[in-house]
Amino acid sequence: MEFIRRTGRTSMEFAASLGRSGVFLLRAVFGLALSLNGLKLLVAQMYRIGVLSLIIIVVSGLFIGMVLGLQGYSILVDYGSEQAVGQMVALTLVRELGPVVTALLFAGRAGSALTAEIGLMKATEQLSSMEMMGVDPLRRVIAPRFWAGFISMPLLAVIFSAVGIFGGMLVSVDWLGVFEGAYWSNMQSSVEFEGDVVNGIVKSVVFGLVCTWIAIYQGYDLVPTSQGISIATTKTVVYSSLSVLGLDFLLTAVMFGSI
Amino acid sequence: MYQRSVELAVGVFMLLGMGALIFLALQVSGLTTDSQKESYRVYAQFDDLGGLSLRGRVSLAGVTVGKVSAISLDKKSYSALVEMEIYSDVDNLTADSVASIQTSGLLGDKYVAISVGADEEYLTDGDTIFDTQSALNLEKLIGAFASGQAKL
Repeated sequence: MEFIRRTGRTSMEFAASLGRSGVFLLRAVFGLALSLNGLKLLVAQMYRIGVLSLIIIVVSGLFIGMVLGLQGYSILVDYGSEQAVGQMVALTLVRELGPVVTALLFAGRAGSALTAEIGLMKATEQLSSMEMMGVDPLRRVIAPRFWAGFISMPLLAVIFSAVGIFGGMLVSVDWLGVFEGAYWSNMQSSVEFEGDVVNGIVKSVVFGLVCTWIAIYQGYDLVPTSQGISIATTKTVVYSSLSVLGLDFLLTAVMFGSI
Repeated sequence: MYQRSVELAVGVFMLLGMGALIFLALQVSGLTTDSQKESYRVYAQFDDLGGLSLRGRVSLAGVTVGKVSAISLDKKSYSALVEMEIYSDVDNLTADSVASIQTSGLLGDKYVAISVGADEEYLTDGDTIFDTQSALNLEKLIGAFASGQAKL
């Protein structure tokens, strides 16, 4: 009896939290003030979420591209087709690793920071004092952060893929001696713009929405204590990573499953 | 002053993203205006495609002159009907051209190779190439040798 009651309560809490976060997302999406002041807030957040994440994205993109080049070369050279390394690096990065690894790094680097910041604002009652002054915290705090994350994520993913392909070239062409023309021409003949690049960008748009949504909602909805902030920050990273990986499987099945 | 440098950094970030996208479009996926080149359609019937696929290359003397745009089954003759789009600037394929399916390398993609004849007339939109050679089927060939039907 107790077990059934607890199940009921948990599912009701889950449904309520889902509904709250949905309404919250809608208000954040439409909350951005399209004025000069609103754009200034957006630019400031773009700087903190996008520009400051650039270094970690570029460095990890470079290394992942280099690893892909090295691994791909060592496997393909057994079959005498090391020219295909460019095609392998580009397809892997553009379709999968670019959007997914960027989203995971983004959740760790920017998502957790968003949750902690909004959570501390709530814990120190900055949000409620804003309300007292007649400033809507959703418009002033949440909406610029949401849009900044949503816009930054696809840009970061595209930069990641481009840098990774460059890193792959560094290893396979400059170090291991694959012919440079073959590296690019194999890549160009197998990568399609609509099929691969655009689908990769669609993926990163979805991941950007989900990661930012989870981060700001966890921050806005947490229990305003120091322990609550730490729990919410952990939840942000865990939920974001899990939903990115799960959604990636779904999106891949829809986009590339028929091939 | 601080606000200005922040705006500058965000602007550079946006431009970097756009630049990376253009790089992916042009250099990585080879997106060019070539794909919208004007073309005309030529048909050919093959007994066996042997793995020729859509968007396959059509080449003449090793130079790409078009692509495979549709593949269907001709119900009357039980053979494969291949529709090819040939670039309009290659307008002097003779009417007695031969189309054959070949493989690039030992394990590479299948493509249609066209070799021209000596006819005075040229192929135009909607014409059919009658002289065709199907893909070389390695399994059949090996099978024929193994069962002793073919002699070296």
